Amino acid sequence: MSPPSRRPWSLARRRLLLTVPALAAARVLPARAAVDETIPGVRELTEYLAGRTPRFGRLALDLPRLADNGNAVPLKLTLRGPFTAGAELRSIRLYSEKNPVPLMARFDFPVPPARAEIDSRVRLAGTQRVTAIAELANGELLAAVADVAVTISACLDGS
Amino acid sequence: MIAARAGSVRRAMACACIVVGATVAVATARAEPRSGIDYAGADVRAMQDDDLMNPGMLWVERGAALWSAGSTACAGCHGDAATSMKGVAARYPAWDAKAARVVDLEDRIDACRVERQRAAPFPRESEDLLALTAFVATQSRGMPIAVDVDGPAHAAFERGRAFYTERRGQMNLACTNCHVDNAGKRLYAETISEGQPNAYPAYRLEWQSVGSLQRRLRACLYGVRAAMPPAGAPELTELELYLAARARGLPVETPGVRR
Amino acid sequence: MAFARIQVAPGVKRGDAVEVRISIRHPMETGFRVDDGGRTIARNTIKEFVCRYGAVEVLRASLGSGIAANPYLRFYITAVESGELVFEWIDDAGERGDTKAPIVVAA
Repeated sequence: MSPPSRRPWSLARRRLLLTVPALAAARVLPARAAVDETIPGVRELTEYLAGRTPRFGRLALDLPRLADNGNAVPLKLTLRGPFTAGAELRSIRLYSEKNPVPLMARFDFPVPPARAEIDSRVRLAGTQRVTAIAELANGELLAAVADVAVTISACLDGS
Repeated sequence: MIAARAGSVRRAMACACIVVGATVAVATARAEPRSGIDYAGADVRAMQDDDLMNPGMLWVERGAALWSAGSTACAGCHGDAATSMKGVAARYPAWDAKAARVVDLEDRIDACRVERQRAAPFPRESEDLLALTAFVATQSRGMPIAVDVDGPAHAAFERGRAFYTERRGQMNLACTNCHVDNAGKRLYAETISEGQPNAYPAYRLEWQSVGSLQRRLRACLYGVRAAMPPAGAPELTELELYLAARARGLPVETPGVRR
Repeated sequence: MAFARIQVAPGVKRGDAVEVRISIRHPMETGFRVDDGGRTIARNTIKEFVCRYGAVEVLRASLGSGIAANPYLRFYITAVESGELVFEWIDDAGERGDTKAPIVVAA
């Protein structure tokens, strides 16, 4: 079978074809420099914040960039010390941007722990941003956000 | 000129022979089977590798409790499962002389329930059967799958192989189309595995629960829009036998974690 | 019936951060799934989870439908003295679960 004949592409067409994927790649690939610290405008989260502006930086929220399955996505929360008297960790709340129930979990620490680390697994209904808000004893709020891509399964499972 | 051309022709033929020979050697050498965990992401691997993080161990623990429960407990005849059940799951599915057919581990456990424990069999995919099967199978964890397909099981093995290579369903796909021809390639956002059975019963994130190998097979049949035989059907058991033979040498990973 | 598997880090001294890990058998029903008959399966998540170290509550959690089925938690407590960690929870259906684990603390 002889190969199909091809018309030579014009330079303009070639340039356009190269630009489109480059633009797409620039949007998809995460920028390393600037971290987007936008807290999603979810009603329950906005109500909890009650006009307060949390600070970013001390609270770390680790989630995979691409989830194996939205049913169980490993999550890690770490709050760096030092924990000064009067500013101990009191609670951490996790909010989903896309789940039908935005408040995913709430952890309260009646006794400040020597190490502020919580691991769990979350359910994510689709690609979204997860927000964690820590509240300290002095009322200070700390925030962290993480974006997770969640795809549907390649094959439908009706078992 | 003619002599040089003849020499180069001979050299070309020699090279061609070497290339053909090498290709034939590669094609006929059986590639080592690779477990699904090799195709899994780091998070799934981390869940399987840690017994506390592995949700399948919740079923294994329940199975351990069932093993010793009641007046006609498994433990009454079989004692400590770590000793008596070691290597058992690696040999299943197996020919059962009494039943005169190939049975899988679930069948064998239910047969014991009915014949020895004088109890009702656990339904397929019931929590209790999954727990007991996972508990028995994990006693073979790390041991290579070693089913016997010679002798009376051979006809069933051949039927299983025929099922594996036959196109079916609205998508007209055979198991081989994905798991042999395209293992390692991407399908949507996932990597196609070889479809090995060595981690079952396994905790599947998609199910949010432990499920049997037969459930996984029925799920695949649904995926290609083919009719699903009922759980426990002989064609599924025979397919399990073929899969185990194909997986010979792979270590039992039960309870596995898969997406 | 809900039960759990626990792991408490060994070899700790007074004042150390002790790693505690728990895996709970619980479906964490979202309330959005439908059964084979088309009926909605009722929401059932772990409304309240408490970890007590002796008589002192050290962690309290409310795990919603956004937490995966068969929840796994890893957290830290501060070692005080040898004793018992008690974990108790109640779900939306009102069913209670509990489990204990010893904690050994060197002086």
